[in-house]
Amino acid sequence: MYGKNEYMAEPAIDIENLTKDYPYGFLQLKKRRSLESLTMQVQTGEVFGFLGPNGAGKSTTIKLLMRLIFPTAGSARILGRPISDIEMHRDIGYLPEQPYFYDYLTAGELLDYFARFHDFSAAERHERVEGMLKKVGLESAGRIQLRKYSKGMLQRVGLAQAILHDPKVVVLDEPMSGLDPVGRREVRDIILELKKKGNTVLFSTHILSDAEMLCDRVGVIVGGKLQGVGAPSELVGLKAQGMEILFELPAGADGGGELLAQATRTGDRYRLQVEESGLYTAMERLGAAGARILSVAQVKPSLEEYFMHLVEADRAQAAAVEVRAK
Amino acid sequence: MTRIGTVALNTFREAVRDRVLYNLVFFALVMIAAAILVGQISVGIEQTVIITLGLSAISIIGLLISVFMGVGLVSKEIDKRTLYALLAKPLRRWEFIVGKFGGLALTLTVNTAAMAAGLFLALFYVKHSIERADTTVLVAVYFILLKLALMVALAMLFSCFTTPLLAILFTTGLYIAGLFVHEMRGLQGGLMDPTLGRLLRWVSYVLPNFENFDVMGAAAHGRVIPGALIAQNTVYSALYCAIVLAVATAIFSRRNLK
Repeated sequence: MYGKNEYMAEPAIDIENLTKDYPYGFLQLKKRRSLESLTMQVQTGEVFGFLGPNGAGKSTTIKLLMRLIFPTAGSARILGRPISDIEMHRDIGYLPEQPYFYDYLTAGELLDYFARFHDFSAAERHERVEGMLKKVGLESAGRIQLRKYSKGMLQRVGLAQAILHDPKVVVLDEPMSGLDPVGRREVRDIILELKKKGNTVLFSTHILSDAEMLCDRVGVIVGGKLQGVGAPSELVGLKAQGMEILFELPAGADGGGELLAQATRTGDRYRLQVEESGLYTAMERLGAAGARILSVAQVKPSLEEYFMHLVEADRAQAAAVEVRAK
Repeated sequence: MTRIGTVALNTFREAVRDRVLYNLVFFALVMIAAAILVGQISVGIEQTVIITLGLSAISIIGLLISVFMGVGLVSKEIDKRTLYALLAKPLRRWEFIVGKFGGLALTLTVNTAAMAAGLFLALFYVKHSIERADTTVLVAVYFILLKLALMVALAMLFSCFTTPLLAILFTTGLYIAGLFVHEMRGLQGGLMDPTLGRLLRWVSYVLPNFENFDVMGAAAHGRVIPGALIAQNTVYSALYCAIVLAVATAIFSRRNLK
């Protein structure tokens, strides 16, 4: 599942007790904790989704990894090297959140500019830039200045510069943000292609369906604290499951009264959720009431439900702390 | 070095594509052309007027570019977040600072050279010849460039830790103070408290001495500028820029880019 480098002992990204406080107030003496003792690993070759609501600490973590901000405490290593090692940046690609680039450059010029930091020859730069513009669907717009680009086009340029040098580790901050469904699909394809090549991908998102679709593992961060890490199926499996009965009511059937009241109607069909233990009783009652049962399926809680469960728990905790403080 | 050069060339490219810059250079050339007109009504001192006005135009436009663009070199990159993707490349923060400085210094050199060419054209138009004594004008232009380099370094230093507006104010303030360092040293004696006098003397040595770069009078009157002054100003500007950029780098290397 993790690709060709699955058995390498060292994680691609190794974060230990990473903490970040931001000072605030007129004299900057007060401190707001944005990230608290984050410890997690991203294994080599896996696609890791970093999930959390806005302001949860996702971008803070990524900025810390990129050395755009500095930790209050803790440390991190990428590909076995401390993040302070500038040479490590040869092997990583980074897409910032809502990227903005030099608007006086064309996409081709921007990519060429960034490629120069990787010591490619002129011919190799040209080849890579042209190839990358094609890959992100900007072949025809490559000669237009970036000031004329839409948000989605800038996002594609951002993705192109992140993977231009074929990095081993790709860190993407909200890569689907601002993209239309076609663009999102293309980004998903690129991530899957990276995974196929054995690259490690860490991306933050709050679009849970993308995470569910792409990620080997996800980490959920809420309120600056990591609340859970694991495969999406493992995480959602932590919650109790139920069963869903899909049925129709032929003309003249009474539908079983109380059960029908609990069901949700969509067109001519009804969906009824019951406990696993009560499944057969419910089916017997529906059958007796003349309902035609179309399917019975296990209700698998979605990542979204798991996510919302954590967010609500965090809010409740924050509210309790506030009440105690008052 | 390659990485610094890459950043510098991109900074130069940004300036070249900035229309405001062309407006300023055009304005300077108009000023020089106007100097010809003013020179024609200043019987007997045409050359002096043209050189004084021309050098003043070059200096003022250069100062405007160095302060406003110098402050924007770092602050614009942070505000627009163009820096984020760049610093994720194998590029050290000090390389970024030095590259940015080099790019604007290159821009100023090209602009100043263009304006100086305009000034020499104006001189040639009036005198129908360029003499050996006119090389002092070149030295004056060179001193303006040294001064501008220092201004860029200072503007970058302030923009590393404060808002663009304050950075502009601090840089301009330092420039004005730097024009009066000799006066500050002479303000001792019975005029003030001796401790304050000593403090002022110390401050005058720390402040950038912009007075030494002003040889406009000598250039306008064709007086020879000593080689020692050229060497002294070159070394002074280089050292001062190096120190200021080192401090700017030290601050910027610790700065959180939120």
